Amino acid sequence: MLKYVLSRLATFIPTFIGVTLISFAFIRVLPGDPIVVMAGERGITEERYAQLEQQFGFDRPIYVQFWDYFTGVLQGDLGNSFVTKRPVWDEFFSLFPATLELSVCAMIFAVALGLPAGVIAAVNRGKFFDRALMSTALVGYSMPIFWWALLLIIVFSGNLGWTPVSGRIDLLYYFPNATGFMLIDSIASGQDGAFVSALRHLLLPTIVLGTIPLAVIARQTRSAMLEVLGEDYIRTARAKGMSPGRINGIHALRNALIPVITVIGLSVGTLLAGAILTETIFSWPGIGKWMVDSIFRRDYPVVQGGLLLIAVMVMVVNLTVDMLYGIINPKIRKR
Amino acid sequence: MDDALSAEAEMVHDRPGRLREFWFYFRENRGAVIGLWIFAVFAFLALFGPWIAPHDATAQFRAATLQPPVWQDGGTWSHILGTDPLGRDMLSRLIVGARYSFFVGIVVVSIAASGGIIVGLISGFAPKWLDSIIMRIMDIILAFPSLLLALVLVAILGPSLTNAMIAIAIVLQPHYVRLTRASVLSERQKDYVTSARVVGAGTLRLMVVTVLPNCLAPIIVQAALSFSTAILDAAALGFLGMGAQPPTPEWGTMLAEAREFILRAWWVVTFPGLAILVTVLAINLMGDGLRDALDPKLKRS
Repeated sequence: MLKYVLSRLATFIPTFIGVTLISFAFIRVLPGDPIVVMAGERGITEERYAQLEQQFGFDRPIYVQFWDYFTGVLQGDLGNSFVTKRPVWDEFFSLFPATLELSVCAMIFAVALGLPAGVIAAVNRGKFFDRALMSTALVGYSMPIFWWALLLIIVFSGNLGWTPVSGRIDLLYYFPNATGFMLIDSIASGQDGAFVSALRHLLLPTIVLGTIPLAVIARQTRSAMLEVLGEDYIRTARAKGMSPGRINGIHALRNALIPVITVIGLSVGTLLAGAILTETIFSWPGIGKWMVDSIFRRDYPVVQGGLLLIAVMVMVVNLTVDMLYGIINPKIRKR
Repeated sequence: MDDALSAEAEMVHDRPGRLREFWFYFRENRGAVIGLWIFAVFAFLALFGPWIAPHDATAQFRAATLQPPVWQDGGTWSHILGTDPLGRDMLSRLIVGARYSFFVGIVVVSIAASGGIIVGLISGFAPKWLDSIIMRIMDIILAFPSLLLALVLVAILGPSLTNAMIAIAIVLQPHYVRLTRASVLSERQKDYVTSARVVGAGTLRLMVVTVLPNCLAPIIVQAALSFSTAILDAAALGFLGMGAQPPTPEWGTMLAEAREFILRAWWVVTFPGLAILVTVLAINLMGDGLRDALDPKLKRS
């Protein structure tokens, strides 16, 4: 087991260095001179340009710049945003709770509907329920979520007026964000209606972001269940006269969950990609919107740092899932 | 006795060809056949769209801006699905737009698959150090969420449909590398490869002639699936303003242009997205059918 952990860690380090190199290199080749962009419309004198160039270290050889960046990264220094002048690290972690809150809700939504749907489909294999659920899942899987968001806005915000179109909470409410999670902060503030308002703002983005994971989980649960239901020990349980509910719910689902949990773990990347679209459409102040805005503003340090932090996060989650999977399923370790 | 033997020989002789066997299994999946038909219509529109569309896709009918579809009050038969804020005919734009998505799918899959297969083959046959380097590079690409990586790549290269296609192809390519490498590694150990090597086949021949044809089934399925991913991602980039630029009637770009009118004119938003959904759904249905027909494990189950 230790050998497995070490070998996985050994692949993590070169990948981490590579990811740093890529996010560093990208910004060096982005069109436009960062200093000229920073100076804005007013332009810049040659003297000042040279001064800034020296300040940012752009005049030094590229490998020295990379080394400085890399050592900075290891110490949690990702540079400052051109626009807000605040450290990228601080900005990232002040916005991150918004994305995390949305992603967690989306995942809960996806698992809460996807797991039962997959089980029901597998148990009723080939029958009406199976076909209906799996066709729906395939539609969800094929969904362009940016369009799905607009449709939901038309119906629920436009026609029915049930949900707001953007933001995390009504402007009516104001309270310090202690945890950064609006659902928790709104309860902690003790203001009437604040929690309900936060919940209503969260509803549509959650559905939009959760749709594709929901479809993936439903499909994965169904195929995992079907595989397990064909095993001998299920037949034994059936022969012993155990009730179908107990067989499906306890004996089969438990073993079918292993691949499903992996899928859930590995969909972090999908969630973050979805968050880019979802947050942009619903003006949700999280990482995804921040990245898109920064790309359009040519805020190089933010794009660079955000890209790196997101990639590292995906890598860490994947590594954790891999290790957990290795613990649950000894067959994997041997490879 | 003789009769039975000859009958058997006949049967062996009659064993259906690969293509026929494939079609036999593919046809069993009704969804896949429906998907194939929709895809055929889509491909037809992509090829002949401008000659089928009732109007020019960029012609602006100034007298009829934001006209609703024909079945609503104020709709006319000359603009069956209504018009957009600039008075352009929705139906014509959708029909002409098919070619952009089709083109995106074809180009992206060709680049990603050919590149991925070559790199994967090399990786599968290469010495361990080279294999490790290649796989680490693929890990690095896969660490970035695909849409984010494509977005940044397009920001670097400049927003256009061509650059969006290049970016998506780069992002999708590692999947082919991994898939090819995995099949190559499992095929390489089989006896027929050893015997080919003993007979004197060179590495290149082993790669391309001996091993590759036996690795193609999962790659074909992946090609179908990434065709739909490519269309979705290109539309998403267009929607974010980083794909095809207006006035190109690309479906994602059309949605971006229509966003501010969503509460006033539902049709400018609904139809382009529906077109994306139906196309992607059809391709995914086909992909499922392909997988069932090509994967021997699932056959007859």
